[in-house]
Amino acid sequence: MALRERYVAAIDQGTASSRCLVFDRFARLVSVAQKEHPHIYVRPGWVEHDPERIWRNVEEVVARSLNDARLEASDVVALGIANQRETTIVWDRATGRPLHNAINWQDTRTEPIVRELVGEYGHEFFRERSGLPVATYFSGPKLRWILHSISGLQKRAERGEVLFGTMDSWLIWRLTGRHLTDVTNASRTLLMNLHTLDWDGELLDALGVPRAMLPEIRPSVEVYGEAGGKLAGVPVAAALGDQQAALFGQTCFSAGEAKCTYGTGSFLLLNTGDRPVISSSGLLTTLCCRVGEEQPSYALEGSIAVTGALVQWFRDNLTLIASAPEIESLARTVEDNGGCYFVPAFSGLFAPHWRGDARGVIAGLTSYITKGHLARAVLEATAWQTREVVDAMRADAGLELSMLRVDGGMTANNLLMQFQADVLDLPIVRPNVAETVSLGAAYAAGLAVGFWPDTDALRANWHMAAQWRPNMESAVRERGYRKWRKAVARTVDWVDEDDEDDET
Amino acid sequence: MPGRIQSVERAAAILKLLSGRSRRVGVVDLAGELGLPKGTVHGLLRTLQHVGFVEQDPETGKYQLGAAMLHMGSSYLDGNELRTRALNWSDSLAARSHEAVRIGTLHEGQVLIVHHVFRPDDSLQTLDVGSLLPAHATALGKVLLAYHPYVLDQLEAAGLDAFTGATICDRDRLELELGRIRERGWASDIGELTPSQVSIAAPIKDRSGMTSGAMGIFGPPDRLLVARQPRGELVAYVREAAAAVSRELGAIPWG
Repeated sequence: MALRERYVAAIDQGTASSRCLVFDRFARLVSVAQKEHPHIYVRPGWVEHDPERIWRNVEEVVARSLNDARLEASDVVALGIANQRETTIVWDRATGRPLHNAINWQDTRTEPIVRELVGEYGHEFFRERSGLPVATYFSGPKLRWILHSISGLQKRAERGEVLFGTMDSWLIWRLTGRHLTDVTNASRTLLMNLHTLDWDGELLDALGVPRAMLPEIRPSVEVYGEAGGKLAGVPVAAALGDQQAALFGQTCFSAGEAKCTYGTGSFLLLNTGDRPVISSSGLLTTLCCRVGEEQPSYALEGSIAVTGALVQWFRDNLTLIASAPEIESLARTVEDNGGCYFVPAFSGLFAPHWRGDARGVIAGLTSYITKGHLARAVLEATAWQTREVVDAMRADAGLELSMLRVDGGMTANNLLMQFQADVLDLPIVRPNVAETVSLGAAYAAGLAVGFWPDTDALRANWHMAAQWRPNMESAVRERGYRKWRKAVARTVDWVDEDDEDDET
Repeated sequence: MPGRIQSVERAAAILKLLSGRSRRVGVVDLAGELGLPKGTVHGLLRTLQHVGFVEQDPETGKYQLGAAMLHMGSSYLDGNELRTRALNWSDSLAARSHEAVRIGTLHEGQVLIVHHVFRPDDSLQTLDVGSLLPAHATALGKVLLAYHPYVLDQLEAAGLDAFTGATICDRDRLELELGRIRERGWASDIGELTPSQVSIAAPIKDRSGMTSGAMGIFGPPDRLLVARQPRGELVAYVREAAAAVSRELGAIPWG
């Protein structure tokens, strides 16, 4: 009788939806189920989720994906979790009930707290310890806000009666009853020390967070416990923040390997090996992964706020195209950008510039420019922004990339991918499995239980689905980059203090 | 400006009205909605029926848009859109079949490659996107011809070139082959373009049921054939993947 086929399941708890994907031994997708959850917009800038609803959705998609593939819990060797990062939840230890809606990573209510912290301590205090500048994204200020906003909560937190967690902790708590988090998620809280991989006393003091409410920080790849419910008995064996999971799914296990995920924004992560590189170019230093008790690996992260979102803006606000993919057809109606550059600094410039006073610019307009040129400029903006982040990474880490692995929706755009290869002067490679976030969580969990023996076995599963090789003369590339930087220079110093309706 | 032709305007109004309906409409209702005499509308419908722009249901006598009209409206699907929608399924077809995957659309009587997934063995391969292949000598092309037979005239006029001894260069034989493809729902080319290459393809249909593209695999005969015929499981993978993309296209209405 043939050996029974076994599978790994991955939960991808994202910003818009929760998904469960099941993979076989060859990393082939066997089934997928997805359920969206609503954003709760309490007021402008405030974004929340209902943690109970997310948990119910997770239970539902797990059940559906198993049913679709006609699998029982006993067919699944391990469950891995990949999750939206930084989103903050506080719940009651005794009842398990959330005490506040989850505050989403996009939520900017903590701006006053952030300003206070910067004023009192400065960015370097936080960067040296956590690898992060102080910003509203990270969990620490959100937790500070919740502790402050509910009367008596601070005292209860000090007594350990209420618990804090990011989405991974929340799910692991519900799945196994244990209160823990993985190093990659902990590295996004602004509370963990990058060098000790433990909560940092000085950071906790600065943010007024009691240690008693914090989860234990564990490796990303480790059996945390056994799940109940539909997955009864299945080991919960990995947790990774979504971008780190994508890095894992792309099998970027060695220093110098990098991936870029192109979504509404883009996230470029570079594995820097066993040393944290503190950026002097405005990049984030973060954990890449920690496999069991092995040495952790670190990453530099560059986030680009507006990439795919610019194509959506072009579609919805200018209505020059009916669907996002059509931008490639429109861009191909012309040979080049006609000298036109588009810098989408819609809410300021992010990495590596960090200029909140910048606003978007279309530079180089002449009477010659058509909508085709604009479409090109829109696509090229993604590639040039990525080039700036790659340059910053080279400068910070002193590592030379030999190629860039890509995933995400925009990788279907051949014109963009070729242009990206051209302006980076690097081969761009798309792997066969586009679902790198879920695959990364599945890989990590499978590794923890020995379903795959080692990372070499995972590398063997990685196959190229497409490759774009650089094909641009260096003089053309340098001229284009020069123009791009001149366009970027024209975005700054736009916002004035007395501007109305423009809070930055 | 020359005067407008009233009957053309009226015919256009009928077509617009029918295109907005999911059910057939009778001549009395049409006349009522357009504010025209029934006889006038009937005459227009007869002419439109003659050119294939409307069809009459033999049982109820009611009218709907004809195949020729549907075809003109829906044959255009942006190739970049098709690639985006097909991405997951073409990746998974390459992973299951261990062969390279291509998606093609008809472009002036040839097959335009709009998507290409490498064979998952990490050998050196080059993206074929944008290249053109002869329609009558490839599985992708024969699928597209089978569901767009009006292209045959154009093809024959240009000449059906022989690329190998196996290429079908005779119109009658080609029509026979296309009939077979329509019957079984997939096509193969066994060394018809290149002696050492086999391809298998199936149609991608949009929500109106029109074939807007073809999807398939290609590779050497020793991997794709058994007893000189395409391997059954590979044909099944190709057909399942093309059906999945078709569902994807049908699931979301076109804006």
